[in-house]
Order: sequence, then structure tokens, then C-alpha cells
Amino acid sequence: MTGVRIAGVGLTHFGKHPERTGRDLFAEASASAFADAEVPRDDIEELYYGNFMGELAEHQGHQGPLMAEAAGIRAPATRYESACASSGVAIRQAVKDVRNGEADAILVGGAERMNNLGTAKTTEALAIAADDLYEVRAGITFPGAYALMARAYFEQYGGSREDLAHIAVKNHANAVPNEHAQFQKEIELEQALDAPMIAEPLGLFDACPITDGAAAVVLVSDEYAEEHGLDAPVSVTGTGQGGDRMALQGREYLARSPAAEEAAEEAYADAGIDANDVDVAEVHDCFTIAEVLALEALDFYAPGEGIGAAKRGETTRDGDRPINLSGGLKAKGHPVGATGASQLAEMTRILRGDHPNSDAVPDAKVGVAHNAGGTVASATVHVLEVHK
Amino acid sequence: MSENEHANTGYDEWLDAIEDGNAYYLECSNGHGSLPPRRICPECGEIGLEETPLPETGTIDTYTVVHVAAPSFADDAPYTTAIADFGPVRVTAMAPDDVAVGDTVSLTIGESKTNGDRLLLFERR
Repeated sequence: MTGVRIAGVGLTHFGKHPERTGRDLFAEASASAFADAEVPRDDIEELYYGNFMGELAEHQGHQGPLMAEAAGIRAPATRYESACASSGVAIRQAVKDVRNGEADAILVGGAERMNNLGTAKTTEALAIAADDLYEVRAGITFPGAYALMARAYFEQYGGSREDLAHIAVKNHANAVPNEHAQFQKEIELEQALDAPMIAEPLGLFDACPITDGAAAVVLVSDEYAEEHGLDAPVSVTGTGQGGDRMALQGREYLARSPAAEEAAEEAYADAGIDANDVDVAEVHDCFTIAEVLALEALDFYAPGEGIGAAKRGETTRDGDRPINLSGGLKAKGHPVGATGASQLAEMTRILRGDHPNSDAVPDAKVGVAHNAGGTVASATVHVLEVHK
Repeated sequence: MSENEHANTGYDEWLDAIEDGNAYYLECSNGHGSLPPRRICPECGEIGLEETPLPETGTIDTYTVVHVAAPSFADDAPYTTAIADFGPVRVTAMAPDDVAVGDTVSLTIGESKTNGDRLLLFERR
């Protein structure tokens, strides 16, 4: 089985671009990835593309071939949809296909256009990641679902809105030097705590913004990288995916994310590492509580112990294991279908040393990307290592 | 997103039953609970699920007060949505605004202020 190298990565600016089409966003991200990869477009054998709400946002289904055309490649193209984990599952398929020899070079990525809908319609669109009959019709919004998990967490393990606010403060601080981030500005703890409520106990600063953007990654086999003399120092060494019941009400746990626990366990075993080996991670903090659930699913903390990590300074850029040096979904932004691929892109830059926050982890060799769909009914975890 | 746009066989009849005071859940031969429409037990794969009376009361596990609503709940906001544990199944429904974790509730049918659709509602007992 061949290894999988990250030959190049590309991102658009994440932010408010309501006038830009999905195809234009993905074209820009893919062009950046090809420029970074020095892989000819003709060598690409597949496009795996993540998108969640293209039908609702711009009346566009069948986005695989559309995005291949936008990227200037002639290859079979497939869209993957797994809510906010759409490009995470696309990456997993790409990793498997390079490993099993199906392809030597794959373009994987995702895009989402959201701001053209406005807040109310985007809230409605995002809710379709929940169970329509049993959650949406009972008034559950996406923030509402995570608010239910946050309260369940507080009830079971303790913790406070202040603990969550420290996560928002940390991720905003990380985003300041990141030119791709939606919010390159710091926030104060009081500002987060005093912000209007979205779905109690979650306020405005507990939530990621509504974001337009795209991400693309060129993956190649070890053999391809060596034959073509590519400078591709980062490998994907582990992939894992887990699943859970669709609706929160059907789950065993309301304050844990077993789908991500399964994904992490599988990815760590695949890479031959454990949680202690991980130097740095990008996790799916669509809401501040989601970062807590992620830290515990990744086995960085036992259940109930992840809530204070940011407050204690363990996950800040100066901490033992910095989390979301990109700014995370919270401050970098969350163009849903692009997020999994953007995490891979950011982690690649962090490990290569060309991310504005690479200096926080100069000796990092192992990074993890954790991408979650809906209320973590689906999740992927990927392990990235500096190629030996 | 009005429920009247299309029928949802299984779910609609379940709402009717709750409205008539005959709330039920589906039980497989191994005793696992689930909610309709469903043919197969999600826990063990058994088929032939039986309609079994839902326990009259459940306990609130968690709740949220939603301030930013989707257009289909615009006139309802702010509103409270909760998950309650009825034993064999959990149910998600709108709840009284002063609900608390651990409260005992029963399941009934209410109406959306926004579009008049039927919706699940917890009443404190």
C-alpha cells in the first residue's frame, strides 16, 4: 500500500462574498492548490468535492462535473455530502483511492456559498442537517441543537458559559494573522459573555459565522511524489470515520460525540499513533461546545475534562497542544462544504512551516484534523505527519 | 416548511394518536424503543415492530431557548425546545418557557404560531 502525500493546498478568503458563485470560489481555491502543488492538471484522475447546501443556496445540484470544469480538469468528478463533514468524507475517499492504487493524483476539496441567503434562510438551510420530522419540526436550529448538547454537558460534567467564552477568545486570537480568516480580530472575554443569545446557553460569540469560501488539496501517491521530485513534506498517515444516530434524541449520549471517538480511534490505529503523539490539531468548533466535545473525542481529555482546556491555557498558541491555530470555524469561518478540506490545508501549512502561526509549534511533526457533520452524526479524523 | 405540503405516512398517524391521547412508541422483540415511521429496529435490526403505549410522563434531559429562529418559526421565537426521556425512547418537543432539567412532562400536540402547523409539545405534570 502506497503512502499519501499532500502535494499542494489552496484556500480562498473565508468571509462574506454573497455575490460570488460557488464555481468561482472553487476555481480560485483549486488554482491556488495547483500553483502550490506543481502537479499538472492533466495528471488529476478524480475530483472528490464536498458541498452541503448548493441546491438551496444557488439552485445548483450535480456540482461534481461543474467544479471539475471550474478547476480546469478533465476527470470523473463526484460530489460528497455529509453536512458539515462533506469534504472530510471526500478526503477520506481520496486517501483510500490513492492507497489502493486506484489513482496517483486526486483533487479533493469543497465550497459553500451561504451569505447570499441571509441569516434567516441560512438558519433554515443549515437545519436540514438535522432530522426534519423529529428535530426541525420541534423548532431545532443548528445552534439550538448544539445548545441542547451544551446544557447536557453542563448538567453532566459542570462547566460554564465563561469556560466556553475562553475558547472563542483563543480562536479569535489565532485568526488575527491568518489572511484567509473571516475575523482577523481579537475579542474580549466580557464581549463574548455579554453578546446576544442565539440559543441559550449559546450566545453570538459561541457560534461560527456564516461564511462563503472554498478549499482544495492535491493528494498524490508516494511514488508520484518521488518520480516527479515534488516538494511534498506532509503525508496523510491515518483516516477514520464514525457515525451515530441522526437525531440527538436517538443517541445514547447527549454530551459526548461517539462518532468522532470512533473516527479518532480508527485514524490513530491507521497511523500507528495515539493521542499523546499529537502535537497540534484543527477541530470542528462550529460552536464553542463543539471544540470541547472534539477534544474529548480525540482523547486529548477524558469526558468532562476538556471544558476548561482553553481557560487553563493548554490549548492556546502557547499551550502544550495548540488547538485551531487557524482560528477554527469560529474565527476563520465555516463555509460548510469546504471546512474539512480547509482544515487539511491549514494543518499542512502549519506542519510545513509556512502558516502565519507555524512559529507556535516549530517542532510539530504530527497534526490531526477533526471534521463533524450535523450534531456529529458523522465525523472524520485525519492524521497528518511530516514525511520522514 | 409547512407540514401540509406533503403527507408523511407513519409520522402523521403518530401525531394523530398523541392528539387522541393514545401516544405510542415502537418496540422490537428485544425491547428496544424507537419512533415511526420505522420498519427496522435501529438498535438490533429486528423487524415487526409493535405499537406500545408511551409512558405517560418523561423527564427533561436538556433544553434550549431559541432566539434566532428559522423563518418557519419566526413568530414563535423566542421559544423553548427540549429533549425528554420517556424510558424506552427520548422525544424532542417545544416546552414551557420556564422548564428545567429534571422536570416531569407529558407529550401533547400544540400549534405553531408562525404557520399553524401541528407540533409536539411538552406539558409540565
